[in-house]
Amino acid sequence: MDNKHIEMRGVRKNFQFFTLDNLSLDLEAGEVMGFVGPNGAGKSTTLRLAMGMIAPDAGEIRLMGHAIPAAQAAAKRDVGYVSADMRLLPQATFGWHMEFAKSIYPEWDGGYAATLVKRFNLRPEQSARSLSLGERVKAVLLLALARRPRLLILDEPTTGLDPVARHEVISEFMDVLRDDDRSILFSSHNTVDVERISDRITFIDRGRIVECSNKEDFLDRWRRIHVQLPAGASLPELPNIVGRVVDGQFVTLTTDRYSEGLRTLIGPYVREVQRMNLEEIFVANVMHCREVRGS
Amino acid sequence: MLCIHSMYSGINISQTDARPMYLQILEQIRARVAAGDWPAGKELPSIRALAAALNVSVITIKRAYLDLENEGVIVTRHGKGSFVADVNGLAGELREAQLDEHLAEAAEIGRQLGLTEEDLAARLRRVHRNLDKK
Repeated sequence: MDNKHIEMRGVRKNFQFFTLDNLSLDLEAGEVMGFVGPNGAGKSTTLRLAMGMIAPDAGEIRLMGHAIPAAQAAAKRDVGYVSADMRLLPQATFGWHMEFAKSIYPEWDGGYAATLVKRFNLRPEQSARSLSLGERVKAVLLLALARRPRLLILDEPTTGLDPVARHEVISEFMDVLRDDDRSILFSSHNTVDVERISDRITFIDRGRIVECSNKEDFLDRWRRIHVQLPAGASLPELPNIVGRVVDGQFVTLTTDRYSEGLRTLIGPYVREVQRMNLEEIFVANVMHCREVRGS
Repeated sequence: MLCIHSMYSGINISQTDARPMYLQILEQIRARVAAGDWPAGKELPSIRALAAALNVSVITIKRAYLDLENEGVIVTRHGKGSFVADVNGLAGELREAQLDEHLAEAAEIGRQLGLTEEDLAARLRRVHRNLDKK
């Protein structure tokens, strides 16, 4: 049996001003996938489709091996979903919310919940209304984490958190991954977090998946090459160049398939070859794809 | 949680370091092995445990361990974990490989001379006796 926690094939969803098209995505057990895209790219929509909160117009979705949305109740027993816009009952205390979650979910781990309350600096007696944004985010994450679901689907989980809280929350995510049967799919604008904890990264832009790859491959393949040409000289035809900025004799090339062979082709004119961080790769990748798609 | 962190607290990942994360981890482990702080045979943390302790992805630690293995700094036994390589043991393996090559050559010459396996073994025993006399 294959051990895919999420499987999406050729999924399409039309909205009035936006279409998510031909979306395919796989998440294996034991894996962290970072989902990165500009505002309005379709990240939240994709996560909501995976959760069966909206139905696709075409395509196939399986969550924990169950068909979605048809068998979503069975699938969701083992899935924790958190999004930035989740609300708690304003007048109820955080402790009441924990009791409520405990009464619904038989897997609720009270001991772990108590540990998380301390680590996240939360107070059960506090009413939801009086929580700060950061506290509310941590509270909602705690409610999902303490169920110890095999899959966590997190929509912008660190938005609104200060650096210390972000560190605490990310430590908890990584703790989840000590168990190789558990997985996380999370979307984020924060490419530093994504770069750090993801095994695989999926870029999405304007309703389409731009690229999906193992993180180490991403970081290995992309390079910026700074070239200085002597007067009158020009560069030979080069393969795998996705970006080129010319400023007099100075040329900056971006490649998504770096190799020593490419460097040899450019020869003595190379001034420097730089690695790129995920954010730089993301921007270059999206810009290049928009160019290719002609918009 | 604190004690888990402190086990590898010396290993750091810097966001401002131009080297990729896997390389930063690899070099810090290599330095510990070279210094003798991590002696031969020491068991390395599991990939998932180190990933959790350092808050980096599993794939990054895998990549660091794989490269360390290729360099011969660590050995990974499936189902048992990764260990700091015994450098003498490593040398021993190389010597054994060398010996096998010499024996293969000797067997080849023996065949050309029409010697049987037993003839060859007898000659080897004679060489051994001569070595013992010395």
